Amino acid sequence: MLTTLRDLLRFSPSFRLGSIILLLAAILVILSFFSPYEPDDRRAVERNVAPSIEYWFGTTSQGQDVFWMLTFAVRNTLIVAGIAVSIGRGIGVILGMISGYLGGVVDRILSSIVDSIIVIPRLPLLILIATIMRGQMTIVALGLLIGILDWAYPSKRYRSQVLSLRERSFTHTAVFSGMNAWKIVIQEHLPFIIPFLLADVVSGFLFAIGIEVTLSILGLSDLDTQTIGSMIYWGNYYQSLLTNRVWVLLAPIGASIVVVVGFYLVSIGLSEYLDPRKRLARLRVKE
Amino acid sequence: MTLLRQYILPRIVQWFVVIFVGISITFLIPRLSPVNPVDNALGRLTSFQTMDPEASQQMRATLLDLYGLDGSIVDQYLNFWGRLIKGDLGPSFQSFPTPVMQIIGAGIGWTIGLLGTSILISWTLGLILGSLAGYFSNTWWAKLLERVVITIYPVPYYILAFILLMLFTYYWPLFPLVGGSRGEPAFTWEFISSVLYFGFLPALSLVIGGTAFRFIMAKALASTEMTSDYVQYADLAAVPKRKILFFYVIRNTMLPQVTDLALSLGALFEGALITEVVFGYPGVGYTLYNAINSGDYNIIMGITLLSIVGIATASLLVDLIYPFLDPRVRLR
Repeated sequence: MLTTLRDLLRFSPSFRLGSIILLLAAILVILSFFSPYEPDDRRAVERNVAPSIEYWFGTTSQGQDVFWMLTFAVRNTLIVAGIAVSIGRGIGVILGMISGYLGGVVDRILSSIVDSIIVIPRLPLLILIATIMRGQMTIVALGLLIGILDWAYPSKRYRSQVLSLRERSFTHTAVFSGMNAWKIVIQEHLPFIIPFLLADVVSGFLFAIGIEVTLSILGLSDLDTQTIGSMIYWGNYYQSLLTNRVWVLLAPIGASIVVVVGFYLVSIGLSEYLDPRKRLARLRVKE
Repeated sequence: MTLLRQYILPRIVQWFVVIFVGISITFLIPRLSPVNPVDNALGRLTSFQTMDPEASQQMRATLLDLYGLDGSIVDQYLNFWGRLIKGDLGPSFQSFPTPVMQIIGAGIGWTIGLLGTSILISWTLGLILGSLAGYFSNTWWAKLLERVVITIYPVPYYILAFILLMLFTYYWPLFPLVGGSRGEPAFTWEFISSVLYFGFLPALSLVIGGTAFRFIMAKALASTEMTSDYVQYADLAAVPKRKILFFYVIRNTMLPQVTDLALSLGALFEGALITEVVFGYPGVGYTLYNAINSGDYNIIMGITLLSIVGIATASLLVDLIYPFLDPRVRLR
């Protein structure tokens, strides 16, 4: 695992850059625990101050320090995405593996359910649910909701991974030499699934962050908690653009771009590492 | 005949299953929620005016009937289907008693025009640019293009649209802030040019986002195709590069792209939401946004149902066209 990480950092420029960006985001998250203000303090500082040395990213019309707000926002957005990803990938991995290993009727039933669910559009459903739960939505509930709606694609991918692993010759060798089925799954197959899972988790983060921002803009998430989306919502609500206080909007917009690009670069690095064809192609270039 | 039985029939069954499951979910969600939409609506009404208890009871009964919340859950479910099959999505709650269908119909033309055009443009653009970049992956422009795309692609669409809006309507006011056109709809140059003018910025944001996605897909497909034997053979046989790219590589990568094109056309209903909200464009997405703000469940449900039917139908059509595009499906 560690060797893989070192190789990735050394040989994949996109993984390196992505990790640095995500490290910055992690630092913001850690800083949020040392914030001088409570997350929902109003009138804590002078209002409408442009970015300066004292207030790095300026202050809002409600007297909040944008920099410290942003640290909370990044933390909460990542919490939402984290919950969504663990629920979604949890369901996806389990269903995909069941369907891949058991095969037969179970596989056929599960696959047709998954194929039906994939087609159903997620955003309108999310909007419908969020509208009904309006006012009672917490960030945890939002994370759960996104997770529950985002497992069909991953499960389909894990199923095909398992199917291909099952047919490899080393699996047959293990079966014929009398290895226990659980042992094959855990010792032989998991090492293939885990890097795949990592790349998938990263793309799950991208999706969840996008949905969080979208729902908040529509005013459908928990607007009293600082998230990247709710910061933009309130920035628009208090007309930051028309009153020339762009910094209130620029901070969350910038943060969201930086975070998603960071995640995306990491996922590119990972999937290049996973794809042997690309690895060969790169080696050929290096010669 | 085996094609019909083994390929076409299962697809049609799948279509029914998807629609059935999707509509059932849409039916269940409001009923599973702890919030009763009737009480919610009643609360909103009574917060503006005082109402004597009798009138309030009457109102409640009317609302229950309106939302189809009368009787047991099975009755409700059967009624719900009965109305759906007649194409009746119920009245809009906010602008009672206009039917939901009529309200959605008013916006659908704008949405189809805007999304249809921009999806087609971004599909073509992304496919060609991506395949070029995949084929000539070692040139400087391919690398530059890829860097740009990698930065744009993961950015949430809202942010992209909002940045464009800030730049081109506020800091450099080239384009109008809200609206779809000027003047009455007519077949005149003035009206058509105003539609193009108002639609340009929303379309641009969709084209940028869509092209980035298509580019990545096309590039991945083209670089896989590049390692195929036939491409190397064609190269050795000194077939012109242009010909290899456009007549062999792109043709072979078309299949998943056509699927995806149909699916994104099927997703018209949901795709327009953010665009139309950001740019104040008078389509279905904007209608949905207004419905969200006023808690108009019938409209939200109607649009959700339509988008499920749209997507399911698009994917059915793709599956049915497949055998014509790909002989391998036909022969299996």
